[in-house]
Amino acid sequence: MRAPALAAVIATGVLAVFGGGAFAQVGPAGTGTGDAGVAAFGEVDESLIPMACNVTAEDLPDDGGGAIQVTWGPLEARGTDVGILAYEILRYAPGEEPASIGEVAPTDLAYTDTEAEDGVTYQYVIRTKTPFGHTDSEPSMPAVASAQWFATGRLSILIVAVLFCGSVLYYIRRAKLGDELFVRKIPGLEAVDDAVGRATEMGRPVLFVPGIETVSEVGTLAALTILGHVAKRVARHGTPLDVPCADPIVMATAQEIVKQAYTEVGRPDDYDPARVAYLTYDQFGYTAGVDGMMLRDRPEAVFLLGTFYAESLILAETGHSIGAIQIAGTKETSQLPFFVAACDYTLIGEELFAASSYLSREPVMLGSLKGQDLAKLGIIFVILFAFVVGTAGLLIRSDGSSVLTRIFDFVHSWFG
Amino acid sequence: MKRTVPLIITFLTGTFLVMSFFVPHAPFGELEQRLLVWYAIVAGFTMLLGVDSLIRAHARKVARVREGWGFSLALLAGLVATVIVGVIGRVQFGSPFHIQSPFMFIYTYTIVPLQATMFALLAFFIASASYRAFRARNWVATLLLVSAVIVMLGRIPIGAAISQFFPVAQEWIMDVPQLAAKRGIQIGAALGAVSMSLRIILGIERSYLS
Repeated sequence: MRAPALAAVIATGVLAVFGGGAFAQVGPAGTGTGDAGVAAFGEVDESLIPMACNVTAEDLPDDGGGAIQVTWGPLEARGTDVGILAYEILRYAPGEEPASIGEVAPTDLAYTDTEAEDGVTYQYVIRTKTPFGHTDSEPSMPAVASAQWFATGRLSILIVAVLFCGSVLYYIRRAKLGDELFVRKIPGLEAVDDAVGRATEMGRPVLFVPGIETVSEVGTLAALTILGHVAKRVARHGTPLDVPCADPIVMATAQEIVKQAYTEVGRPDDYDPARVAYLTYDQFGYTAGVDGMMLRDRPEAVFLLGTFYAESLILAETGHSIGAIQIAGTKETSQLPFFVAACDYTLIGEELFAASSYLSREPVMLGSLKGQDLAKLGIIFVILFAFVVGTAGLLIRSDGSSVLTRIFDFVHSWFG
Repeated sequence: MKRTVPLIITFLTGTFLVMSFFVPHAPFGELEQRLLVWYAIVAGFTMLLGVDSLIRAHARKVARVREGWGFSLALLAGLVATVIVGVIGRVQFGSPFHIQSPFMFIYTYTIVPLQATMFALLAFFIASASYRAFRARNWVATLLLVSAVIVMLGRIPIGAAISQFFPVAQEWIMDVPQLAAKRGIQIGAALGAVSMSLRIILGIERSYLS
């Protein structure tokens, strides 16, 4: 209902402000005209019920269309303070009556209409609902939903991504041209051969745990790329390899990787698909299953690589208790301390993703690591620059009005 | 050919998904959601592969009466019983997830306590791992020990009762050196993940392919 029309109707969900200030029996609000079930002592003055003001409606930026962002300001002071129950959003197109499309809590001052049709002009009215009735705001200016071809809010990400990918591709190109690239030693990856060798000598199996996440998780993908290298070494030595999986797709992928590794080293008959098995999707069921395998089979080398959560320490401590050499790696910063405490070697964050390149020793793969290092150098420079400029700006003018502070604010907003 | 086709699919899928991040307009904007639906469908079917793998492994163990075959038998019996109970719940209550269905009884009184038991074990493992990690073998380990003691005391009421230094110091340790190290690792991991994704999209990283 439009506000002018509503103005003709007394907002009778009623506040009795006259007659000694005593409230009468008050019925349910939000009944459209606000008069149903309401009785009050004294005369009703709808101007006392607050009203939403400054209602704006704009096409939602950087979206695929079909959405309009509606905002409104704080309530107009109307002489008294009554509790707001909710804001109801009414929408209408030319020639239509306003219809309710949603409701938000009284603390919200914005609503996104995701049901808008592209190209259609809409106007919005905000209905303020109180225990004593409701008021409708003035209608917003017309707004039209449309789709954008570029998310302008992501321009900074695009530029940084292009620079980063450029540096990686540059070093890959240099590696292809035969440049020697130095990559520092990663002890955890240097130990892979030792761990497999020790298991072979002891005549005990190798256990590879690829985390509990799905194959769409980048940490799992990193673990699977390392599995290929480990499986080749294991196949060459004829050592049994167990890969318990928490996800069927990871299991299917791991089976193919291990099978290929055995084929590549010329021992396809040694591959046993039952050793690359699915346990369960349940986090602690999987943990119990892997712990059981550790205690029964007593593997000499345990690889805990991929994405882990609360089960990380349970697995790592069980591995430690059986005396296995353990190589762990994850990008989850909250789990890294557990691995550091309980495992012999830990691949920290980026080392997990570098493992495949490091182990393969292919120049093109190593080139991507150098590109990564260049990007890190760039980030370190930006952090130092922002630190120096921001601190100097505040030292020069503590009210934050210096040029240096404005430069800092620009850098902050760019990456913020 | 066996490798080329997957590499082409990977390249096209990766490129379109990157584009969809920057181009909200149809058909790119909704591509990720659409592919997630496809993934869910594929994942549903691969669950059959998982169950097949599980049944085969344990059935073989039971058939050959290998060590621990009794546990495998219990697992298979539990699997079959849960399926039967789920069907009964569906017939009796319209859904196996109805609060009064026997399926939910199994979940509430078997699965949940077992999960809680495994999770509770973490307390003991934390104690044993901490004991090893906090041994003052060298100056780095000593630093870790001192930091850990300050943080632990600072986070419990008795720490503040001993001295106001502990809550303040623990807050500084958590907000400054700890957070800085954590963010450093996260930045490195994020760059590593992007770099690996780029290698996969461009077909440089192929070790995940058979």
